[in-house]
Amino acid sequence: MTISIDPQKTNNESLQPKGWLRYFSFSLDHKVIGIQYLVCGFLFYLIGGTLASAIRIELASPMSDFMPRDVYNQVLTLHGTIMIFLWIVPVVNGAFGNYLIPFYVGARDMAFPRLNAVAFWLIPPSGLMLVASYFVEGAAQAGWTAYPPLSITTPQSGQIIWILSVLLLGGSSIFGGINFIATIIKLRRPGLKLMQLPMYCWAMLGTSLLVVLSTPVLAGTLILLSFDIIANTGFFNPVLGGNVVVYQHLFWFYSHPAVYIMVLPAFGLVSEILPVHARKPLFGYTTMVFSIMGIVVLGLVVWAHHMFTSGTPPWMRLFFTIATAFIAVPTGIKFFNWVATLWGGKISINSAMLFSCGFIINFVFGGITGVALAQVPFDIHVHDTYFVVAHFHYIVYGGTVFIIFSSIYHWFPKVTGKMLNEKLGILHFIITFIGFNLCFAPQHWLGLNGMPRRVAEYDPQFQFVNQISSLGALLMAVSTIPFLINVFLSVRNGKGAGDNPWNALTPEWLTSSPPPVENWEGEAPLVEEPYGYGKEISEQK
Amino acid sequence: MTTLDSSKEIQKNNSEVNETHEDFRMFGLITFLIADGMTFAGFFAAYLTYKAVNPLPDGAIYELELPIPTLNTILLLISSATFHKAGKALFKDKNSDSQKWLFITAFLGIIFLICQLFEYFHLPFGLTDNLFASTFYALTGFHGLHVTLGTLMILIIAWQSRINGGRLTSQNMFPLEAVELYWHFVDGIWVILFIILYLL
Repeated sequence: MTISIDPQKTNNESLQPKGWLRYFSFSLDHKVIGIQYLVCGFLFYLIGGTLASAIRIELASPMSDFMPRDVYNQVLTLHGTIMIFLWIVPVVNGAFGNYLIPFYVGARDMAFPRLNAVAFWLIPPSGLMLVASYFVEGAAQAGWTAYPPLSITTPQSGQIIWILSVLLLGGSSIFGGINFIATIIKLRRPGLKLMQLPMYCWAMLGTSLLVVLSTPVLAGTLILLSFDIIANTGFFNPVLGGNVVVYQHLFWFYSHPAVYIMVLPAFGLVSEILPVHARKPLFGYTTMVFSIMGIVVLGLVVWAHHMFTSGTPPWMRLFFTIATAFIAVPTGIKFFNWVATLWGGKISINSAMLFSCGFIINFVFGGITGVALAQVPFDIHVHDTYFVVAHFHYIVYGGTVFIIFSSIYHWFPKVTGKMLNEKLGILHFIITFIGFNLCFAPQHWLGLNGMPRRVAEYDPQFQFVNQISSLGALLMAVSTIPFLINVFLSVRNGKGAGDNPWNALTPEWLTSSPPPVENWEGEAPLVEEPYGYGKEISEQK
Repeated sequence: MTTLDSSKEIQKNNSEVNETHEDFRMFGLITFLIADGMTFAGFFAAYLTYKAVNPLPDGAIYELELPIPTLNTILLLISSATFHKAGKALFKDKNSDSQKWLFITAFLGIIFLICQLFEYFHLPFGLTDNLFASTFYALTGFHGLHVTLGTLMILIIAWQSRINGGRLTSQNMFPLEAVELYWHFVDGIWVILFIILYLL
């Protein structure tokens, strides 16, 4: 059976509000939904960032003097949950995925536009619910992992709101994943082969597979946990004969792939940005595709490396160490491919490029500590110390958030038709890069010396290094100011960008900026070589 | 999601915008069912792990009576066949036959749920008695929720396949096919659940 596409009709264009108002409507346009994801995610990033600043202020002194210990635990939990479930996952998947994927496959919208809008509108209420739980009877205190028995014994209402909120966000994520898989596999423009797709499509396909396969397991686990809290069952409560390690297995079966859900799309985005600003084809397209799929497969079988100190039997330690070490291979291939893409290119030093290079530098740091953490003897030494915190933030902030900013600088002209101010952008990059490294690099040292994570108080000998780290956090907080000024000024009276300011070859640049409702005036263009930059130059000569 | 009103309008739209794509709603549904299946996989994995590593307290009752669940298995398998009949009838434009088979399927689903409740009320253990009891109720309850939703959906499409003014026709089979796939999925999960929970 075939279905006709008529976005004007499905979108009910005449009924949709125009201008700014459409961003507050149940719009079915994938571009509007993408921006909704991005702005909503950024607002939660500001909340999560404020919480992070509160954590660093508290940790500037060894005693818990800025806030009581239980409030510290709530702030810590909210910070982790907001940053992961409301900022990084929705933005790097939902925002850029919704905006770019239909362009890349040559479609006029996503496969299921209505499901897409539902997936977005699940996010603001569940996010608000999560934040509001702080004002009800105290937010959840058990960290973003919600390990029992801690999550069972801490005050219940906050934990239940946390579970509900994460369940809704998980549902949103699954709906999004189904939509991306259907769009990439089924909605490709006739004549466009899979191996001609821009790399971000492959990254999103891999990510969506992980979302569809692993998020439901988290949902089931959280339902069982909520039974333990409300109905007094004993799934994860050792007092009632339950088993806490089962929770950890089920939780990490989702939450390790979640790391790839956060970082694989960033791999895709950087593979789009580097070739454009280095004027060179993406190095090793085929190896990139196989690396992504390799990471997807391996990513599903490494979860227990988070649990080396949970009484894991030796055979399991051996298996998960080896499997984790294997992930370094596809990741390394990707890393060298990006460096090779830059090698000998005509590199323009702009904000998008700088943030991408910052990503490469930070990510190799986080990758190396990741390989180290996979080794059982080392992991047992630094488990639950600041070394893990440093590693994680190098991947998720130094990796993914740098790419989110890079992508904003890269695609802002397409979305608004205006350029961002380069001077403010470079200032933003410099403060972020210095602040980030100042904040998290010293935490490696803290962790190796045994400072435990998730605790409001610490041994006074660590105070000086913690103050350096807090200074870095202050710089990171300051770094959002030039960015926000830049965005507000540029949206109002930025320099006109034209349709294709970067002379890029990927399909989204072949339409007007901002793009029309149906993406293209006429038929979607067939882009067989999205990275054919060398060719373009030789043809011009 | 693009909705179809009638085949006539499709043709009209085709001539207007001259762009079509294949119907991939089924593809989306299959992806969703894979996700749903992963939830069950998580539950099964948890149950099997508990069985392997968590000894139950002395005197805990974990033997289950087989007659009712066996009857339930047979009921669900028959209902899969009757649903298939309904689809075939609708395909041949026999709407009233289709509706009859759909009502039979829904009836079997309701009987299944009644038997399930009957079993719950006569079991010697409650939800919080021990780990086995909790897992048993969580697994069968989550499956029962699926059966309840499925039965409601069957009743809705049975109403929609009425002769005068019903949305379901041999040209618009998708709602029936979608619910049918979902129903077969729920049946398949029950068979796995029956083997793991009752027979193992």
